[in-house]
Formats: sequence, C-alpha cells, structure tokens
Amino acid sequence: MTQARSHEFRTRAVQALRDETLKSALARAKDGFVLKRRQALDALPEYEALRDRAVAIKNHTLEYLDHYLERYEEAVIRQGGHVHWAENAEEACRIVVEICRQAGARSVTKGKSMVGEEVGVNDALEAAGMEVVETDLGEYIIQLANEPPSHIIAPAVHKTRGQISDLFHKHHARYGLTEKLVEVPDLVNEARQVLRQKYLDADVGITGANFLIAETGSNIIVTNEGNGDLTNTLPKVHIVTAGIEKVVPTLEDATTLLRLLPRSATGQQITSYTTLSTGPRRPGDPDGPEAYHVVLVDNGRSAMLRDEFREMLRCIRCGACMNHCPVYGAVGGHAYGWVYPGPMGSVLTPLTLGLREAKDLPNACTLNGRCADVCPVRIPLPDLLRSLRHRQFQHQLGTRRARWALRLWAWLAQRPGLYRRVTTLQVRTLRLLGGRRGRLRFLPLAGAWFRGGRVLPAPEGETFMRAWRRRGKNP
Amino acid sequence: MTTTSAPRRVALFVTCLVDLYRPTVGFAAVKLLEQAGCRVEVPETQTCCGQPAYNSGDNATSAELARSVIEAFESYDYTVAPSGSCAGMIRYYPRLFETEPDWQARARALAERTFELMSFLTDVCGMTTVEAGLAETVTYHDSCSGLRQLGVKEQPRQLLQGVRGLRLKEMADAEVCCGFGGTFCVKYPEISGRMVADKADAVAATGATTVLGGDLGCLLNIAGRLKAVGSPVKVRHAAEVLAGMTDRPGLGDPEPG
Ligand code: SF4
Repeated sequence: MTQARSHEFRTRAVQALRDETLKSALARAKDGFVLKRRQALDALPEYEALRDRAVAIKNHTLEYLDHYLERYEEAVIRQGGHVHWAENAEEACRIVVEICRQAGARSVTKGKSMVGEEVGVNDALEAAGMEVVETDLGEYIIQLANEPPSHIIAPAVHKTRGQISDLFHKHHARYGLTEKLVEVPDLVNEARQVLRQKYLDADVGITGANFLIAETGSNIIVTNEGNGDLTNTLPKVHIVTAGIEKVVPTLEDATTLLRLLPRSATGQQITSYTTLSTGPRRPGDPDGPEAYHVVLVDNGRSAMLRDEFREMLRCIRCGACMNHCPVYGAVGGHAYGWVYPGPMGSVLTPLTLGLREAKDLPNACTLNGRCADVCPVRIPLPDLLRSLRHRQFQHQLGTRRARWALRLWAWLAQRPGLYRRVTTLQVRTLRLLGGRRGRLRFLPLAGAWFRGGRVLPAPEGETFMRAWRRRGKNP
Repeated sequence: MTTTSAPRRVALFVTCLVDLYRPTVGFAAVKLLEQAGCRVEVPETQTCCGQPAYNSGDNATSAELARSVIEAFESYDYTVAPSGSCAGMIRYYPRLFETEPDWQARARALAERTFELMSFLTDVCGMTTVEAGLAETVTYHDSCSGLRQLGVKEQPRQLLQGVRGLRLKEMADAEVCCGFGGTFCVKYPEISGRMVADKADAVAATGATTVLGGDLGCLLNIAGRLKAVGSPVKVRHAAEVLAGMTDRPGLGDPEPG
C-alpha cells in the first residue's frame, strides 16, 4: 500500500498554508474547476434527474454487488480475459507483479489509476526490477517529482509551470533533450516525445477503470490525452486494476454515469477519449494486447458495504467535492497524506488505513456541506464524516482535553440555573477585558482562536436571558 | 405584514451565542416576530441545542441535550432561532433517537415546526417587507447550515430589500464557508484563519460598509478577522438591521465616545 502520512495532517497543513506557490496554484485550479462545472451543469436541465438515476444505478449495483461481479467475471472470461481477485493491497501488487514477470516484462507503462496509487503498484513493480512509466501527463510529472498525486483527476494540480519546466530539464537530459523549455505546448510536446518511445518499448500496459460493464466484460476509461489507448493497445499484455465498486450492470448504465462524470470533474460534456476495451486481441483485430487481465481490488471495500459507509462506494471519482472544499482549497491535497484527498479522501482514508492513522481527517472539516451539494451521486459526505467522528469518540480517540471540555459544558448546559450564573459571570468578565475597544486581543485558554489571525469581539455585557427577565417580558 | 386571528405562539430559541454575545439579536428577533403577528415567548430552561456534542461525535450527550430542548419547546406552535445552524441542529434531532421511537416521534414533531428566523418570517408568516432604514451599502454572507440544510438564501435578501436606503452588493464566493465550523475554528486555527482571511478579503472587495449574516458564529469569526486587520467594515446580524436596531456598535467595534 502507498505509504501514508495522514497522521501528520496538522503539521503538513500548516506547512502548506505557508507555501505561496501552492496557494496560487490552488487558487487558479479551483476557480477553473468551479466555474467550468457550473457552466456545464447550467446547460444540462436534466441534471437533478440524472443524479437520481445515477444514485439508483449505483445503489442497485451495490445491493447485488456479488451478483454483478460474478456476471462481470464470466463476461471477461467469455471474451478471453482473466480475472484476479485481490483482497488487499499486498495481494493486488503480488498479482500484478506476477503477471508482469510471466510476461517477461522489463518495462511497464501505466495509464492513470487511483487504485494503482492506492495499492502502491509502482513501488512493487520497481522493487521487482521493472521500469514503470506513468503516461498521463500529470501522473508523469509527479512521478518525476517522486510525489503522490494531490488531486484525483489532476494529480499535479499543485505544480506550477516553472516547477514542471525545472523537472523536465533535470530528467529529460538523459534522453538528449537538454534545452530548457518554458512554454506549455513545448513542455507537452517534449513529454510526448519521451513517452512515445516508452509506449513502444513497454511489455505490459496497466490502466485503471472508470467503469466495468457486467453485461459485456468491458472496461471503460475516460482521458483527455489518449494515453490510455496507447497504454492498453500497444503492449503485449493489458492489466486493468479496479476497485470492486466500479462494476455497473450495463453499457447504458455507464453512459448515464458518463454524462455526470466529466461535467462534474472538468466541466466537459465529454472527455476527449472514452476508451472501451473488451478482452485481448481477436483474430483479425488490427491491434490490441495478446493477454487481458483484470485485478479486482477489495482493500476494505466489502467491509464498507455493511454499514452507512456503503454510500461512499457510489463515488465515481470526479473530484468535484475537493474542488469545492474550502479546506482542500487552503491546504491542497498532500496535507491529507495519502492518495485520496479532500472530502472523499477524509472518508475513505480512515476507513482504509484506520481511524488512528487518519485521526485528523474526519475532524478537519467545518461540515459546511458544499461537497455533498456538488457530488453527482449524492454522497452525504458531511454525515459520513460525522459518523467517523462518532466512531472516534467511541474509541476515545480525541484529545483528553477536548473530551473533558465537552463533558463539562454538557453537564453545565443541563443545569439551566447554574448555567445562567456561570454565563453571566463569563460575559461580564469578557466585557471588562474587552473594555471600550469592544474586542480582545488575547484570552487565556482560548489561544487557538487568536492563532487564526483574529481578535475576539467582546460581548455586550449582559446575557439575553438576564436582560429578558429584567424586562419582565415572559408572561 | 401578516396577522391572523389566532396569533402563532412562537418560542424563541435564543441560541447560546446570542445569549452570551449579542442580546440585541434576540430582542431584534422578538420585535420582528411580533411585527409578523406572533406571540413570542422565551422558554426559561433553554441553554444549548447540543450541536457541539453532535459534531464531535458524542451522540449520547447531544441526545441528552436534545431531550431538554424537546421538553422545553414542544408545546409551542413554532420554534424559531436567529441561526440556521441551531435551527438545523434541531431539525437533526430525529436522527439521535433511532432506537427510541417515542422520543423520535417527539423529536420529529419539534423538528417540523422549527425554523430559522428570516425564513420563518417570509415563508411561514408571509412577511414581505420591514419597517426599518439603513443608508448603507451592505453585503451578505450565506451561512452554511442555513443555506444548504435549510435553503435560506433569498429570504434575508428579500427582507433587506425593504430596508429604506439599503443597497445590497453581493460579494464573491458568498456561499463559501467562512471557516468558523463550531469547534473547527479552534481545533484547526491556521486553516480556519486562512478561510476567514479569504472571506474578509471578499467582504472588503465589495466596498460595503456593513457585512450581514444570519449566524452569530460566522459573524464573530468574520468580525474577528476584519477587526484584526483594522477594517472599518461593520459586522451585524441581519435581524438587527431588519428590526431597525442598529444603535449598537458592530461586532468587535468600540463603544462610541
Ligand atoms: S465523493 Fe462525489 S464529488 Fe467526491 S469524487 Fe466521489 S463522486 Fe465525486
């Protein structure tokens, strides 16, 4: 599994907040995503109805997931492919490495696969002595930078053009490309030039899947670069890595979801490429792999089927929730410390890695609800985060101080008489400390408030309840 | 202005922040409700809606507090709070009693009759305008619970249109969270600080002289930031303006004289 640093959320978030380059990269990306999505959806009057259908399709499939996975497996086999089941990340890596070994692979190309990131397939292949080349431009950039993705659809969204220029300059010299390029088209062309040869050299191509179709055994990937097509048709062997929740019953179901995915993600009506692959090359096919394998990854997903977190399995990985998350917008994806950032990551990471590793993620959220509002499959992300907080509370994972503060306050709140006396006193004190300025610049035990670069407005001086009673208003 | 033959009996849920920080908002709420023809009472035993416990995952404690609120408020026709967040919490009460059908029924009965102040005035009482004036350009921050959970968006704007002399200038990202988030603002102060700094910048960019909102938590946060950077923009609960009760300095502003 990809190494997690989610337990360092706090420190990494604070570091990210100080990073001015990151700040401008995030601001640019966010505005683009938010605006384009809005425009795409304004032009889609049936959006809400589509969402309902998408939810229904996903819920139905999840209800009968075992059935549809079996249908899918049968269909893949019928088409001459192989299906492998991986219970966890280690198993998934072992299966992929084994397939590559048997194919005698030295070089592997990869289309973007979040499941691949999740299970850490690159590390496993490299440990087995194979060269792995990411072919999605964003993934390629972060591979050169040796960083995890910071966004699920735009993995290098945190990188500026200058940083990419430096990376290419440093890493492409070994291909004899020594000129320092700065313009975007030049950078893209140079990456193409490097990758073109990699496609031709690759023995195995690995892609993810946006959808697996139970009726036909096909997998669908959507890209804007066409890199998926070259990854899955040129090498001898094509491996699809996919989470078990990616299956849908029919092609028609997939097309319904496909009307929502790019619009929610990038504001496109449709991505440049929608690639279906069904089994290996058949006699008479002009191209295609000789062997077609699918590795179905569970890695905690079937456990989520059992409770309220099943809703999370509807996720189609569009990224809208993070594009609209003000916390993600402030700290970026790397602070979350694993492969899935933002709201969906704050739900998935604790469920996959454990509440202890990802202790901060369910809490680092204001529950403002914007994520759930934009989620095309209506995942109630804030409710799920609250459920995770409840689990944490039951396992006593919060700080002792927070628990006691909460308990003391609740105890007080259930004793209205005492509560009034205490609050009256508090309010008077704060009022005195605020003085004529009407605000406080510091208050013992409340230092955190001020660390947010704020003063504390002083209260008026008398509680409402006292003032109300004094005026004798209640009958 | 709407009056009906049998006046609605409305219980005001003051909210702990209004009780502590800004009683004026409570009195403004009473005035507006009375103008809308309601008979307003303030149940004596109220303290807090339990949201901090609920959002901290302490469902048992929030259920305990919910029981007290239900007992204190269920006998009224309506419960109204000058806060989308607290009214929203009461709307969540039925969730706290999944295993107690009796309490769940009572919770549901209360939840169905609980409203945020401004949406109650327009949607339930049919209020369309107010008796107030403020010769200023204002901007309005949409608080998250009110906006997304309760659908409060046009209602305060509609009422503000009736304030003589008032001009509303919308800010960029009015619907984006200010970073308050209850305990979030002290659990993750640096992140919260960035969010409220962005919000304060958006407020300042409108050129408005007052920023309004419907939730005191957000307003304290926004005022805390604006005053820390020396901004002259005043911060008020919209009810103060609608009730014509703007004598007091804005949140975090000095007393005159
Ligand atoms: S949770 Fe919803 S919005 Fe977020 S990535 Fe998944 S489908 Fe998209």
